Parts: sequence; C-alpha cells; structure tokens
Amino acid sequence: MSARRRLWGLLRKESLQIWRDPSALAIALLLPTVLLLIFGYGVSLDARNVRLAIVVQEPGPLATQFVAGFARSPYFQPVLFAAIQDAEAAMDRGDAQAIVWLQSDFARAANAGGAPVGLLVNGVDANDARIIEGYVQQVWAGFVAAHGGGVISVQPRVRFNPSVSSRDYLVPGLIAVIMTLTGALLTALVIAREWERGTMEALMVTPVAMREILLAKLLPYFVLGMGGMAGSVAIAVWLFGVVLHGSFWVLTAASALFMLAALGMGLLISSVARNQFVAGQIAIITTFLPAFILSGFVFDIASMPRAVQIITHVVAARYFVSILQSVFLAGDVWSVIAPNAAALALMAVIFLVLARAIARKRLD
Amino acid sequence: MFARVLALLVKELLAVLRDGRSRAVLIGPPLLQLLVFGYAATFDLNHVPMAIYDQDHSAASRELVAHFAGAPAFEVVARLTSDAGIDRLIDSRQAALVLLIDARFSRDLLTHRPARVQAIVDGRNSNTALLIEGYANSIINDFAIGWAGSHGGRPPEAVLVTRARYNPALSSRWFIVPGIVALLTQVVTLLVVGLSVAREREAGTFDQLLVTPLRQIDILLGKGLPGLLIGMIEASAIIAAALWWFDVPLRGGVGALYLGLLLFVVSATGIGLMISALAATQQQALLGTFLFMVPSIILSGFATPIANMPGWMQTLTLLNPMRYILVIVRAVFLEGAGMATLWPQYWPMAVIGVAGLAAAGWLFRKRTI
Amino acid sequence: MPPATEPAPAGEAVRLVALSRAFGSGKLRVAALDAVSAVAASGAVTGLIGPDGAGKTTLMRLICGLLRPDHGRIEVFGADIAGPRATAAMQARLGYMPQRFGLYEDLTVQENLDLYADLRGLPPDERPGRYGELLHMTGLAGFTARMAGRLSGGMKQKLGLACTLVRAPDLLLLDEPTVGVDPVSRRELWEIIDHLTGTAGMSVLFSTAYLDEAARCDAVLLLHQGRLLGAGPPEEMTAPLAGRVFATPVPAPARRHAQARLAAMDGVIDAVIQGDGVRLVLARAPTAPSLDGHALTAVAPRFEDGFVARLRGDDPPPARHLPADPPAPREDGAPVIVVEHLTRRFGSFVAVRDVSFSVRRGEIFGLLGANGAGKSTCFRMLCGLLPASEGRLEVAGFDLRRAAAPARGQIGYMAQKFSLYGDLSVRQNLRFFAAAYGLRGTSLRDRIDWAVGEFDLAPMLGGNARDLPLGFKQRLALACALMHQPRILFLDEPTSGVDPLARREFWRRISLLAESGVTVLVTTHFMEEAEYCDRLVIMAQGAVLAAGSPDAIKKNAGGGDGATMEDAFIAVIEAAATARAA
Repeated sequence: MSARRRLWGLLRKESLQIWRDPSALAIALLLPTVLLLIFGYGVSLDARNVRLAIVVQEPGPLATQFVAGFARSPYFQPVLFAAIQDAEAAMDRGDAQAIVWLQSDFARAANAGGAPVGLLVNGVDANDARIIEGYVQQVWAGFVAAHGGGVISVQPRVRFNPSVSSRDYLVPGLIAVIMTLTGALLTALVIAREWERGTMEALMVTPVAMREILLAKLLPYFVLGMGGMAGSVAIAVWLFGVVLHGSFWVLTAASALFMLAALGMGLLISSVARNQFVAGQIAIITTFLPAFILSGFVFDIASMPRAVQIITHVVAARYFVSILQSVFLAGDVWSVIAPNAAALALMAVIFLVLARAIARKRLD
Repeated sequence: MFARVLALLVKELLAVLRDGRSRAVLIGPPLLQLLVFGYAATFDLNHVPMAIYDQDHSAASRELVAHFAGAPAFEVVARLTSDAGIDRLIDSRQAALVLLIDARFSRDLLTHRPARVQAIVDGRNSNTALLIEGYANSIINDFAIGWAGSHGGRPPEAVLVTRARYNPALSSRWFIVPGIVALLTQVVTLLVVGLSVAREREAGTFDQLLVTPLRQIDILLGKGLPGLLIGMIEASAIIAAALWWFDVPLRGGVGALYLGLLLFVVSATGIGLMISALAATQQQALLGTFLFMVPSIILSGFATPIANMPGWMQTLTLLNPMRYILVIVRAVFLEGAGMATLWPQYWPMAVIGVAGLAAAGWLFRKRTI
Repeated sequence: MPPATEPAPAGEAVRLVALSRAFGSGKLRVAALDAVSAVAASGAVTGLIGPDGAGKTTLMRLICGLLRPDHGRIEVFGADIAGPRATAAMQARLGYMPQRFGLYEDLTVQENLDLYADLRGLPPDERPGRYGELLHMTGLAGFTARMAGRLSGGMKQKLGLACTLVRAPDLLLLDEPTVGVDPVSRRELWEIIDHLTGTAGMSVLFSTAYLDEAARCDAVLLLHQGRLLGAGPPEEMTAPLAGRVFATPVPAPARRHAQARLAAMDGVIDAVIQGDGVRLVLARAPTAPSLDGHALTAVAPRFEDGFVARLRGDDPPPARHLPADPPAPREDGAPVIVVEHLTRRFGSFVAVRDVSFSVRRGEIFGLLGANGAGKSTCFRMLCGLLPASEGRLEVAGFDLRRAAAPARGQIGYMAQKFSLYGDLSVRQNLRFFAAAYGLRGTSLRDRIDWAVGEFDLAPMLGGNARDLPLGFKQRLALACALMHQPRILFLDEPTSGVDPLARREFWRRISLLAESGVTVLVTTHFMEEAEYCDRLVIMAQGAVLAAGSPDAIKKNAGGGDGATMEDAFIAVIEAAATARAA
C-alpha cells in the first residue's frame, strides 16, 4: 500500500524531471533519430560507380565486346587507356580504383583459349578491393558465357537480401549501436546526478527501498528508450525502405529485452561511479567502440580470432544486432532469436541484480 | 612568454599524469583496444561455416569439395543429403554458404559443357555475402582451370589474373590497423583536451588563470600542447605496435606520416578545446566530445568508404579531420606515398586546427559562467 | 560500556558510544571521527559545533544510518541502530535535511512536498492540513507553484525543512542548514526550531560552523578534527572565562593595528575587533585595569571566546614580535578601484543593479551579503572575468576586461573555495602560479622559499593540494595570490568554512598587507568579519543597501553602542523590505 504510493511518487517525480529537462528527451528521442539519419546515409559498403581504368593495347572487335560488358554494368565508370603506365599513374593519383588490362595479343590468345586478362586492384581498402574483384568476375563470367561458356557455371543465390544492398543490414545494426549508447547514457547520468546534487542522501533516510529507487529510475527511461527505438525503426522502414520481414511483436519484445540490458548497464555504471563525470567516461569507453566493432554490425564475428569472439559475448549489442538482422531481413527465425533473446535477458538480469547489490542504502 | 607557457604545460601534464586513474585511462584502454580491435576489426573471411550438398558423388565433385575444405576462409560444418536442410541451415546461421553440386556435374565436365554449381549465400550481412561469393568463385575458377589443364578440353577464352597493388594478400588488417592508429590517437587527444577547460571552470581555477597576466595565446598553447604531446607519444606507441605486432608494412617516409599526425592532432586538439571552452560543465564537455567523436569515426572512411556516401554527405565529411588522416596513414603505410602527393590532405587539417584553436581562444573569455 | 540491553535513561534521544570512523585507505586513511562518546537529550536542541572538517557531517550520516561506524555504537531513543532492520525502524522516526537541503530543483515547491509525503507515507486525507501548517510556518504559502531552483537560499532552506517535517519526526537532524543563508532567514529558522522543540517536543540535532549559533542551543557538542572537545550547555563552555574577557574601545583608524598588537602580546589568548573596539580574552585575570595603554571593560564571555580558549588549550600563543607603531596616515589620493553605476543582467534577471563605490589605496573594502546577493558577480566583473552590462569600472586605472595582460600582473586573486590544482603538490602549485606571473630563476626560488616560510607550508610541500586540510588550503591559496607581490588583492569568500583560529591568522596577515599599502577587496558573508574592513557595502538582490565604514553603517542602522554588524545588517535588510512593500 504505502510501498505502491512511494513508487508512484518516485515515478511521478522522475517523469516530471524528464519532462522538464530537455537533455534527457534529447538523448532519448533526438540523438538516435539524428544519428540514424546521418549514419543511414553515410554508412554503406556497396561499391557503386567504381572508377575503372581499362587498358586496351590493341583495339579489336573482341576487346570491344569485353569492354562493353563493363560499360553496361551499374557498378563501373570505365575510362579507356592505351598504355598500362598511364593507368597505373591514374591509380597512384587515386583516379582509378582498379585496372583491367587487355594485352596486345588478346584477340589471338582468346582464340586459342585462356587469354590472360590482367586485373589490378588497389588493395589498400582490402574490402573494397574484394568487392570490386567480385564485380569484375561477374562481367568476365558474362563474357565467357556469351562465347561458348566456361568449364563451370556458378549460379549464385542470395537468401534474404537478394539485391545484396548493404544498407539493409547496416541500418538494423546501426539501430543496435545507437540504442546501446542512448540506453547507457540515459541511466548512467541520472543516478550519479542524484548523488551529486545531494538528493540521494535525503531519499535514503526516508522509508523508501533501494529497489524502489532503481525501479523508478528504470521505468520512465525504459519508456523513453522504447520511444527512441520506435523512432529509429520508423526511419529504417519508411525512410530507408528496409523491409521488416519478421513480426512487429517479436521486434518489440526483443527491443524491450535489449533496452532492459542497456539501461541496466547504465544503472550499474551509475551506481558504481556516483559522479556524473566518471559515469559518463565509463559509459563512453564501454559502449560506443565495443558496440561498433565487436557487435558484428560491420565486422563479422565468425571471422574474428577465437579469443576475440569470446570477448564479444559480453557485448549486449552483439545479440541485438543478430536478432535485428534476422527479424528485418529474414523473418521470425526462432533458432536465431531464441538463444540471443535468452542471452539478452540474462544480461539484463545480471546488470540489474548487480546494480541492486551495489546501490545500497548507505554511503560507504 | 616561453617560460609562462612552459609552466602551463608542465602544470597540465602533471595534472593529467599525477592522478593514477587518469594515467590508467590514457594508457590502458588505448593499447587494449588496439589489440582487441586490431584482431576484431577485419573484413577477411576466416572459417566461414559452410555446408555442402553434393548430388553428384563423383571424383570430380569430391575434388571440388576438397578445394573448399582446404581453403582457410571456409569451414565445412555440414554435408546435406536433401534440399530440405538448406534453408534451415542458412536461417539459423549455422551455415553462411551452401554449395550445391549438380547431379550432372562430372558428366558435364567430361563432355565439356558448363557444369553447374549453385552457391546459396546468407544475405543478412550483405558485405559478407559478396565476399563469400567472391571467395567461392575464385576457388571454383582455380578448380576449373586446374581441371582443364589436367583433363584436356578448351579453357575459357579469357582468364582473369588478379593482382592487388599495395596489399597483395588483400589483408583487411593492413587497411584497418593503420585506421585504428588514427582512431585511437583521436580518442586519446580528445580525452586529454576535451575536458581540460571545463574541469578548470568547475574547479574555479580557470578564473584564476584568466586574472594572471597570461595572454589568451599563452593559455591556448598551454592547454593545447599537452594534448599534442600525449597524442603524438600515444600515436607513436600505436604505430610501433602496428609495425611490429601486426606486421603492417611502412612503405612511405616517417616524415610524411608524422607531418600528417601532427596536423591531425592539432586539429583534434583545436576541436577538443573548442568543445571544452564552449561547455559550462564537465558533463556538457563530455557529451559534446562524444557527439563529435561518434560521427567523426563512423563518417571517416574508417570502416565504410566515403565514396559510397551520397554527395552532400561527402561534402560534409570535408569538415572531419579524421577523413584526411585516414587517407594519409593508409597511403603512407601501404602505398608509400610521399609528402608531395599528400598536400590536399595536409592543408585542410591545418585549417580545421587553426579555426578550432582560434574559436577556443575566443571562447575562453567570451564564455562566462 | 553499558550493555545494549540496559534500558535507556528517560529523555535521551541519541547516545554515541566510542564512535570512530575513518576514510581513505592505507597511509592516506584519515580519522573523521575519533572515539566520540556523547549524549543528546530528547526534546532539546543539541548543537554540533565545529569548523569544516571537524567531523560534523560524518557524525550526522552515521546517526541516520548512511554510514556505518568502524568502531563504537549509536543508540537512538534507546535502541541500537546497527543492522538493516534496526536502521529502517530508526529512519521511520527520523527527519534528515542534508547539506544543500536535498531538494529537487526542477520540481515545484508543491511537487517536492508531494514527493516526500509519498515517500514518508503521509495518508492523503492528512495532507491538506499538514501542508497548510508547514507552508504557513515556513512562509512559503504563496510560492507553491514555483520551481525549487528559483527560490532564494533562505526559502530553499525552509522548503528543505518542510519536506523533512512532512510527517513529523521524533528526531530531526539538520546538517549545516544556515550555511550561505542571510541573517534574517537564519533568525527565522531558529524561531521555527524553537517552536518545534517547544510545542511538538521534537529532538533536534543541528550542525553549524557559525559559533554564534551555539548560544541558541540547549546543549552543544564541540567537535574539532574528529575529536569531541567538549559537551554540555553553552554557558558551561564560557563559564571558566568569567572575568577574563574585556572590551576596549579604539577609534577606527588605529583599531586594526591595536588589535594586531594586542593579539601578539603575552598573556592574550584572543583579540578580535568587535563593535567599536577590540575584544580581548586573557589567560588570567588582569592585575591592572589597562593593557598596553588600553582601558579594559569587563564583558560577558561568549561562545566563540570559549571555543578559541579551548583550541589554544588555555596556553596563549607564543609571544610574537609586536607590530611597530602604525605607519603614517595614508594620503587619500586617487582611488585605486572605481565602480560607477555598474549593472549586470543575465537575460531578464538583474544580478547587479546600479552599484557604485570606490576604494582607496591601502584600504580593506568589503562586499557583504548573503548567497545570491550579487557580490560574486560584482567581484567577477571587477576582475575582468565577466563583462558589465552597463556602467564603468576601473582597477588601477584599467578596465581589466580590456586591459593588456601586464595590467593583470598588479592584482592578486583568491577564488571562492580556494581554487587550487588539486592534483598538483603544494610546491607545484606555488611554482606554477609564480611562473604564471612571470617570475623565474632566483626570484622564483626566493619567492617560493618566502611563501613556504611565511605560511608554514613546509610539512605539506609534497602532498597533493586536494588532500590538504581546509586551513592549509586557504593559506596556500593566499600564498599563490601573493607570489608576485600584487598591489591589489581580490579575495572572494576567503574565510568560509575555516576554523576560527585560521580566520584570525588570516585577518592578521591581511591587516599587515593593507598597512604596507596593498589595496584589498574582500567578499564575505560572516558579519563579524566586516568589522575588519575600513569601509564596506551591504548588498542584497543585486543592489547596494548601505555603504560606509562599519561604525557609520551601524550608526545609520540605528543600533546602540554594543550593536553588532549582524544587527545592523538585519536592520538594513528589513528597512529595504519595508521600503519595497510601501
């Protein structure tokens, strides 16, 4: 009875404070949507309009046919050169990302079979280089098939993202990274703020229980965080056109679990630090870069060394990225969702229990 | 004048380094992150789980499978005997690639007709999907050329001979680790300067500085130089680790690299001090630093190329010093670029740095309370 | 130590038994409380008195269960409070107002009250009545919709109290409720407390660094550096001094000099400026009716005399060399600091309104007022840290905001809270400030040696400034401000929180500096310190309410001969309020 009234009083107080403090609203609602907008446009791994230098040392009908394949491709902006030295110079200047080199005996060798076509890519950005290589392979395979076929024809079939557009998988990942930030920042600062302003002391000598204080902190920010989440999903679906294949409710439930874990981590940081500055510093070091690099959002976890893979298990964003990518691109794949959701739930419980254990009703 | 700036510099360094906790924040996390991220941040495929559905069961198909099994990029985790398992394996992420070898594979090969192989790829991570396709294509091509050589038959009219300049093994670590040099240098520099003014404002010592005969420029130098110094030292340590731990080659001149780093740290210092001078409290400074740092990293070309962004956003990145240093670091490390070709990268950072510092100096006095 | 089962004697609110508590770890572990045993009676006001760092806040937090003692035991109304259940039971009977009042500044007065009513479980039907009572008592009835952050210091203090009292507690703990609050509000708070103990029978524990408040308590616990120096009714502390406290009138120009001379004399425990003369505490009853040519009039001892006497352990300080005769009267030349029609706005809020004054060379000039009166804003404008919205100001012929850097070399500045670089050692702080003022080589070393000798900093030279006791911090901050021998000295709240001995030492130095021709501008909210000023202004709500010498201000305020600065201050403030109401 009085416990419920206490909780109600605290909740009302938190909500009023959030409502009157524009920074909390900004962190929860504005920050994720603005970041998602910027990053959604800014982050793409699809190579388009690759500046391709084509060296044709001896023009002929066969060479023309070969070059035509590149001109038709949406991926390339071909520029013709007569000498390999000129093309290499263009690459050094940064004007060409790759060079396709047809030597002077191309027509003759092709008639005999196995004419070598040189492909020279700038390997500095290895990922870009590999993707360009793949595109060139496609054009080449088309040429070979048109001239009587090769030894083996590979029919690629991409499940879930047939256009292989990177935005469709990067945007869900970005949501996870951004919400990690938001969740931790929101709560990391709020408890520390009470310590700093001396109000925590006044709270703690009232009959209120620590779990009531924590709960009252958690609930309003949970609602706020879910609001930010909804805004992000809306942007992803309606602005970036990422199709949600799975069900809305699975997405909501998974987001709720993740939000609990992220807020729980913030509460934990906040309880440990008791000082907004230190809490903020810890939140920054432990959230952004790990979520960016270790969540599988851009860098594939399976390709990391074993030791690093183990480390990724403590990053909550990792599980959420996995769920989001499946729910958005594949649908309700329970074999992916169930274990990841369980991991999120476990993390949420651990963070909240730890926060509860550390935030005692005492100063020492 | 020099003695006063020196006194400020010594004071700043002492303030940062005498406190064990802040010393630990500056030294521990950057090196730890270099190690973890250096290994974690890779676009190279290793041990990608794949499944094989061999409908042919011939010597030729087994040879093809052996090529895949032997490739470090792939790890065969399952062999299927029916169509039914394919989607389940992909959906549950147990396999990212299923190779389906047609029942007439060896017959077609022997009769010199194109033998058919299907590659089913998990497209949830489109980048990995493209890479898997590329890797698979390369392996199949190698097999095809080998097969044509040993069993006769007409090879395709043209074969691709791929060579990568600057990074022959196409190791993305060579691409990422120099990027981490820039990334961590920025984080450390911002940590040192981003809060320094705000902290003194809160403690009241900034007022004390302003009433001394120190001029704006003295305070600016005194506040900026520690960031510069610590940033450069930290950058050197990270470069050393990149060279000798991750074996990234340094092909260009040290001079060109350090000129770039110096200008970069100056620009990061300028921006950091500006944020710091603008903020009334340490918390605001922290949020400001953070709000600059996150987009500057994501929109720098560190993980995803700037060339892929829409035009307006590419224009926006011209304000991001990290964009320039990434080009410089990678060009010097891998391409062996010299100072002459890097001018277009140097001067914008200098401009950003000077503008940031000037704004900070102006804000020192302008900003009150 | 009595066993825990022994029934508590009737009328006992709090009993402390050999209570100890230390903070930090290893070599840095410092005892905040050292074996303190004491009793606070129920239904009475017990004052917890001592300077900053004496252990008052630690003791408060121990009693309300926020900290656990290292050793010893606490009983509240006869029950040991160790263990979570006992602590919770105790907290149900307790009201605690922490420093800074524990208010949510972004909630309104009403919302703050509602929150604490919910937390303390006040039934809804009792609320209207209780709120009405509290709002009436605190005078906040007209402000229920105002944000707590926009209340004045005195109103915040009363709202904090109302929130603590929302469900009448049996034991009320107030941690420094009067810090930074103007004297009128202090007086009102005491009326409320008297009402609570008198009619409601509440037990109150009240901590303060203002020694004059001790006299209003039924009993005091005197804390110094974690030790209990004494306990009992305040009169007991002063009783032994009967016949040893005297006043001697000294005319204004020579008053400070006379005080310094008397303080240095053999057999004088304490000498302070008070009213129109010097107040003296002697080691033993005097044999002659005069001392050093000053006629002695016996006066009643007050609490501060007893406190200082106890701190000095009845041993008078070792005789120091007596200051020479006062220097020739200063020629009243051109003023060094000129302020004309100074106004500063922050948005629509006017922080300083049309302030004018001037300060002559070698003068000690005071800006007196409560927190938020506008004295710090004024001060910051003079130092060039803040531009003025309107008006003219000049320091040594310059506007420091526009003047070239070397002009700032003439001033020394001591910021509020003794801003030092906490992570730097004492020596590094001295070295830095000396270098910042352009000293180098031998002159820098000489000056550091001077500072170390003059301010007794040698034992602390290698330690971090952050870990210094407050008195040391104050000395170090003054040393840093004096490294370059400035001609003008700006001091912002230089004595706040420092113990009375350190404050005496501080004013001795400032008097000497002024005699040597240094101009001193000082802000303070300690009324009695205003007596050390040659001239001062009293500020409230941004405006100057009174200006002149301390004697003139007291006379204008209508006080008699024995009137204190505080009486004058209250009279001035009240006169201004009446004028505004009319």
